[in-house]
Amino acid sequence: MTDGDQNTSVSVAMVGSGGAGVMTSGNMMLEAATKAGLYGLMTRTVGPQIRGGEAAALLRLSGKPVHCVDDTFDILVAVDWKGAERFAGEVPLGADSLIITDPATGDIPEILTDSGARIVEVPIGELAASVEGGRANMVILGLVASLIGLDEEPINKIIAKKLGKKGDAAVKASREAVSAGYDAAGGITSPVTVSPSDDKKDRWLISGNQAAGFGALRGGIRFVAAYPITPATEVLEWMSPNLPKVGGTLVQAEDELASINMAIGASFGGRPSLTATSGPGLSLMMEGIGLAVSSETPVVIVNVMRGGPSTGVPTKSEQTDLNIAVYGLHGDAPHIVTAATSVEDCIFTTQWSVYLAEAMQTAAIVLSDQFMGQASSIIDPPANISFMAQRLVESEPDESYLRYAVTADGVSPMTLPGTPGGQYTADGLEHNPKGLPSTLMEDHRDQMDKRDRKVAEFNYGDHWADVEGDDGCELVILTWGSTTNAVREAIERLNGEGVSCKLVAMRLLSPAVPEQFDQTLMGAKRVLVVEQSHSGQFLKLLRANYNMPGEVKSYRRPGPLIVRPGEIVDTIKNWSVQ
Amino acid sequence: MNEIIQKKFKASDYKSKLKPVWCPGCGDYHVLLSITQALTKLQLKPENTAVISGIGCSSRIPAYTNSYGFHTIHGRGLAVATGVKVARPELTVIAAGGDGDGFSIGGNHFLHACRRNTDMTYIVMDNEVYGMTKGQPSPTTDPSWDSALSPGGTGLSPFHPLVIALASGANFIARTFSGDVKGTAKVIADAIEHPGFSFVQILSPCVTFRPDQKIWKEQVHEAMVSETDDPARAARRLMSDDGFNTGVLYRGSREAYRFSCGDEKGDMEEIQKQFEV
Repeated sequence: MTDGDQNTSVSVAMVGSGGAGVMTSGNMMLEAATKAGLYGLMTRTVGPQIRGGEAAALLRLSGKPVHCVDDTFDILVAVDWKGAERFAGEVPLGADSLIITDPATGDIPEILTDSGARIVEVPIGELAASVEGGRANMVILGLVASLIGLDEEPINKIIAKKLGKKGDAAVKASREAVSAGYDAAGGITSPVTVSPSDDKKDRWLISGNQAAGFGALRGGIRFVAAYPITPATEVLEWMSPNLPKVGGTLVQAEDELASINMAIGASFGGRPSLTATSGPGLSLMMEGIGLAVSSETPVVIVNVMRGGPSTGVPTKSEQTDLNIAVYGLHGDAPHIVTAATSVEDCIFTTQWSVYLAEAMQTAAIVLSDQFMGQASSIIDPPANISFMAQRLVESEPDESYLRYAVTADGVSPMTLPGTPGGQYTADGLEHNPKGLPSTLMEDHRDQMDKRDRKVAEFNYGDHWADVEGDDGCELVILTWGSTTNAVREAIERLNGEGVSCKLVAMRLLSPAVPEQFDQTLMGAKRVLVVEQSHSGQFLKLLRANYNMPGEVKSYRRPGPLIVRPGEIVDTIKNWSVQ
Repeated sequence: MNEIIQKKFKASDYKSKLKPVWCPGCGDYHVLLSITQALTKLQLKPENTAVISGIGCSSRIPAYTNSYGFHTIHGRGLAVATGVKVARPELTVIAAGGDGDGFSIGGNHFLHACRRNTDMTYIVMDNEVYGMTKGQPSPTTDPSWDSALSPGGTGLSPFHPLVIALASGANFIARTFSGDVKGTAKVIADAIEHPGFSFVQILSPCVTFRPDQKIWKEQVHEAMVSETDDPARAARRLMSDDGFNTGVLYRGSREAYRFSCGDEKGDMEEIQKQFEV
């Protein structure tokens, strides 16, 4: 879409099935775009099949940072159309869009042609076959690169880098197939192009799941217990080889019950510990998380949300583990729930959460989602932040030492195994300050007060939310998680039309911080709450914990369809003032 | 033999002052005694030992020792213990619990702890009953044992922990009787010293819900044959024994779980280079 020079971005969908290689094409295009000084975001949509299902690489490239998907795609190109109807609804097109199809590979799903998009036929398969060892995914890479205005040179560099180890013949075949694609684009008018930038600053290419792992490592995590689950596995797979580089280790557990409890054990031993999972795994971990809260053992759980309930929609995104993350523990169990607001914020939020869990000796659940977790993003190198695991440890306990001493801030110094005279038994049973089991009303009350106080009265600073916009704004959009980016872009567009609006993207979802909230929303007359949840979990969390000023409206829907900026703009515009 | 060995720690140094919740006559008192005797034999520093348990009568044991302890949640003692050991390999880790905790709700962790072979000792105080919840059948209960929850008995074949431990890859498998404090202490000390995962089933009678188990002290007998390192032979013996055979019944030499905690001096700047395009 084109909104003046600065805001030009191009959105491309490359679809195919059965190992057609569209993800490879997408990744190569993203890297080539980085080399060309662009920013970009690639998300993916795949079916449930282990191999060979329908797949689409969804890219958006721009001269300025890109954090969300656009309203429509400018170019849709298909290696084939097998199974494409199953995600066609996630690839909205407009009348200005361009569909490139190889007539030999079948019919375009109606839902796509209904958009009125221009259709151009290109014999992609034949072009691939004309090159020895040529593949269709490389033809479409060249085709799309040419259409959007990317030079062939950075693409050739990436091919050499990625395929070099397969030998010269493979590199040559791919380059020739890409060239064939460039040539085929010659007669096609492109709906939009991007201008490669001269700004060749260092950029990072990172996914949200890698970013969460990196943030965890930077925050001091040195033990991970892992049980694979879509779409969180990449957090664990990234950490596995990287932990030993800084003195850490990863254990593959037999199930999520084991992984959370192994992490708790390792943390009891003194190592900052983490596990990562998604909804079904988080459900299984709840009893263990309660143990961490009761025994005051720090632990971090990165939960990459997918569609629920039950097995739900494992490969697609939704913001619906908020309830279980905040309310899933039995008993009164104060703990931390945070949420990353973008791919790159997965670094900050996870690192911050490690710091919070360790400082308060409790469990911190970090919410990410499939959209962010499995999206690759070109970002500016992130700032180094100072949040590190710093646990209050008693290294020379005397005879008066009490593991669960009732302190002013609720945090009690912890002894680590190996420390003479500091022996205690951590327990999920309610206990007295010494740590011995107790059913006394006074002990239960004092320990509950202490566990609540340390979390409720902690200084979270400004990090509880990303707040953007003027103080006097009467219109506020409240959101959280990956939806933040669509809201941010919607507000930019509204600002361009003279509508001022404040963004409040909440990073701290539990405990509540009513003072900061009230101050931030002071003067608001209309509040729009945006989330990707059928039942409005975020709206209910806000209603339960905060005074919502003015008129409140909810804009929400379930996954997997991503919330896009245009619909938020429309919602605001159509919101007639009462 | 003039060498005088200065015994630094006495058995009482390994015991806490907390009074157990157990019923008078419970076999678990003897197990506690055996554990403290084993630690005395090995002269391990109390602060370098971690005793980790699940939930149930026997799982109360950590707080009765003078070690670092973790009384976790039902069935998860082995998982927590694995985390402790991997995080702090220099510690002596003892996981403990009962038959319901270890073989029913924690059954999966039992299989995989045997398989993983992390260097720790797992003590199961087996009384063939859920005692803390007042007498329900556990996986090791006789199929005809009558109870309010399963009138007339469960009709289910009892779980055979030693055979399952062997099939799952446990490296040290023993059975003892809680009433034989010295013999149990010796086996526990042996188990602690054995590298990898050591499993000790201790027949520990429940005087309250299973008064019929008083006869155990007459039924137990030392294994007639010496221990073996041959899993096939051990399997035949364990499958055919009467459940009262005591001693170390299998001792293998499979390598303990290995893990690397790498180099603590590594720096993040090197790691972040992988994201630079």
